[in-house]
Amino acid sequence: MFLFADGAVAEIEKKIIEAFEVFDHECNKTVDVREIGSIVRSLGCFPTEAELHELLAKVEEEEPTGYINLEKFLPVMTKVLLDRSYQPIPEDVLLHAFEALDENKCGYITKEELVKYLTEEGEPFTQEEMEDMLSTALDPETNTVRYRDYISMMIVDET
Amino acid sequence: MGSGSSANPTNYKYSLQKSENVQTLPDETHPAFKAAVLIQQWYRRYVARLEMRRRCTWRIFQSIEYACEQDQIKLHNFFSYLMDHFTPSSSKERDFISRMFISGESFKEAELEKYCDYESMEVPDSYTGPRLSFPLLPDHATALLEAFKQKQQLHARYVLNLLHETRKHLKQLPNISHVSTCYSEEVTVCGDLHGQLDDLFFIFYKNGLPSPSKSYVFNGDFVDRGKQSLEILIVLFTFLLIYPKEVHLNRGNHEDHMVNLRYGFAKEVMQKYKVHGKKILKMIQNVFCWLPLATLIDQKVLIIHGGISDTTDLDMLQKIQRNKFISVLRGKKRKESNKDVEIQEINGESKVEAESSESESDLSLSPQPRPAPSITNRLEFSKWLRQTVQEQIEWCRQLVDSESEPEEPTYSSVVSLTELDTQCWTHQEEWKQILDILWSDPMPQEGCRVNTVRGGGCYFGPDVTDKILEKYNLQFLIRSHECKHEGYEFCHNRKVLTIFSASNYYEIGSNRGAYVKLGPDLVPHFVQYQASKTAHTLTMTQRISRVEESAFRALREKLFAHTSALISAFKAYDKDNTGKISLSSWAMAVESVLHLGLPWRMLRPQLVRSTVDGMLEYKSWLDDLAMEQRSQEHIQSSLLEVIYRNRSNLETIFRIIDRDHSGLISFEEFRQTWKLFSTHMNIELTDDGIDDLVRSIDFNKDGNIDFNEFLEAFRLVKQSQ
Repeated sequence: MFLFADGAVAEIEKKIIEAFEVFDHECNKTVDVREIGSIVRSLGCFPTEAELHELLAKVEEEEPTGYINLEKFLPVMTKVLLDRSYQPIPEDVLLHAFEALDENKCGYITKEELVKYLTEEGEPFTQEEMEDMLSTALDPETNTVRYRDYISMMIVDET
Repeated sequence: MGSGSSANPTNYKYSLQKSENVQTLPDETHPAFKAAVLIQQWYRRYVARLEMRRRCTWRIFQSIEYACEQDQIKLHNFFSYLMDHFTPSSSKERDFISRMFISGESFKEAELEKYCDYESMEVPDSYTGPRLSFPLLPDHATALLEAFKQKQQLHARYVLNLLHETRKHLKQLPNISHVSTCYSEEVTVCGDLHGQLDDLFFIFYKNGLPSPSKSYVFNGDFVDRGKQSLEILIVLFTFLLIYPKEVHLNRGNHEDHMVNLRYGFAKEVMQKYKVHGKKILKMIQNVFCWLPLATLIDQKVLIIHGGISDTTDLDMLQKIQRNKFISVLRGKKRKESNKDVEIQEINGESKVEAESSESESDLSLSPQPRPAPSITNRLEFSKWLRQTVQEQIEWCRQLVDSESEPEEPTYSSVVSLTELDTQCWTHQEEWKQILDILWSDPMPQEGCRVNTVRGGGCYFGPDVTDKILEKYNLQFLIRSHECKHEGYEFCHNRKVLTIFSASNYYEIGSNRGAYVKLGPDLVPHFVQYQASKTAHTLTMTQRISRVEESAFRALREKLFAHTSALISAFKAYDKDNTGKISLSSWAMAVESVLHLGLPWRMLRPQLVRSTVDGMLEYKSWLDDLAMEQRSQEHIQSSLLEVIYRNRSNLETIFRIIDRDHSGLISFEEFRQTWKLFSTHMNIELTDDGIDDLVRSIDFNKDGNIDFNEFLEAFRLVKQSQ
């Protein structure tokens, strides 16, 4: 059982409020419900869509208005960060995931295959998400995704 | 392929149970599913982070841009303060002061024609650019467009000729232009262009040139910041003259010579036209004040550059003499102003010294002035003014011989009755109408308050919008003035549309531009674009990184410019003098010094690279910042800070003092203006400091300051040059 100093909790809360306010366009401590995912993720969390829906259920009003209040969001998100829920996905796990989709183990996945998996399996991508990923990941000459290279490039971008 | 809608959990072939950590799922259960979820999970997180970075970057640019505008207002307040309080006691003094800020002097019409005469200018045979003759024809327009594409320059004679004709034409136009959609099928409305000719080219390419069947409204801010402001003006004015019924121009807050001095247009003209630049600028100044203030489409859609306020009165706007307001920014309370009296300059046309909407408490300089005597006794009042001023700027008098008898202050207070029929509005009221139209911004909250960020105009809420729409039976407003990521944005329940046509405004990839088309049904259709080949080839990540880099460079420079203040702030959090502070304290200290309202904890990873046990060694962090800014060794760091912090102000002051646009000003002029300025702005700079500053600028020690050299030397000129 960890004991957190008050200071640490206060600091976490400040971080959450800052992130929240970036999306608070009307400056009235509310954000559009569709932006919650971005806020949660930019605070260092890697929730799945299902986990996100779960979280939303906790912060939404009884009668969903399309907006989330900071008041409700703050305590829930603070707990998320303190509990370290939605752990990051380490590089090797990500690599294994791509390898799992690479049936022939040849080090790349064709565009068609990747599109099929990511738009039909798991928590499917939208067309926009798929195109966005392909714009960086796809090698236009071979029409394949060389996933090792892609991962290395993205990890560098992250830091 | 998947559709455009977001994922629906119930469509899964194999649903995730609640709170199931995907990474712990056994591999046998449908490995492709698990792999896909992981990749999607990871990718969505990446995209969210990008989005956060993009928004933070945007905030950085905006806050710095607006902080700069605030600075400009302070500078203008400073000059206005001088005008109000400094009573020159001899002709020499008077000359000096009037030289400083009657740079906005207006000419009587005949004088203007004579000064900006072009007919005697010869165009050499070697000139291969377009030759204009009047009245202009569509062929002239296409020739101009082609010439500008080839980077040719229009001969000064034709520029001046065009400006004269434009002015003649604009004078006949009412303050509010009326457009009807029944004549042409559609009206296209464009927002800020800011000297970005490529965007205008793109709009014409995509949407077609202005013609009897294609109406255009250009909603101000044609100039400044971009490098081809003059070309844009030439093109717009040309089309205006060829198709006067179809092309409509609104004045923007940048169609103002005082603003042009700071934001690049004046510089651009002088660089491109070394011999005739002054004349061209003078003409343009007089053309700008004749630009209409607003446009109405079908009596239903009001188009203005900035916005409105709760006192906006279209009837007043229709009737005032818009050309009186050469620069909308200059205006401070004049003590002697009288309701029916129009304050004129010696030189010429009516010049307004209107009252500002801000209170006099802004002019706080110690010591406090004694209470003024009644203004009806002019001699008494002059004496009082002089005494007051004497306390504060005694040293200014040491410059000139000043044993002559006190003269009546004549440079700015020759009064005469208005020559027109008496309007019942004061100059202050009229001036405020225009200021609000050109400078205001919408805000989400209800109400109407002073726009302190810009320093002019208001923030107006949805209730203010509703009232105006109702009062004048309008459907919605179109305005510009603010950069929007998508090139356009609705607010106030879709009753206010912001349209911004300068793409990549902050940096390549920062934003799209857009224009809007309205047919008789007045339903808006948008076209967005990004007029830069580079922007298209970059991936989303690259675009965001690039803009981000630019933003952080600007931010680091700002931090550096406040080094001394930051050290004090950090020390306050480091009571034990360990040299370290927590990251939390860092965030709070930085905001308390810079007042930019930025999410510092979000930005920290880009600004603070190394920490020791989660603590920041602030001195070395500041040293690192300093090293990034290349600097002259012999300049003390505090001086450098001052220079960096006030570089835009410095440049503007220079340009105002350098009336003949020669690029040189004398030591004395600079020194005393700077001293006044720094007192007014509460900048601490000792006399030695000022001398150092002056000496550092005069590299060839000839007693003159070549400020272009100065700006180059200190990298004060933006890289994009």
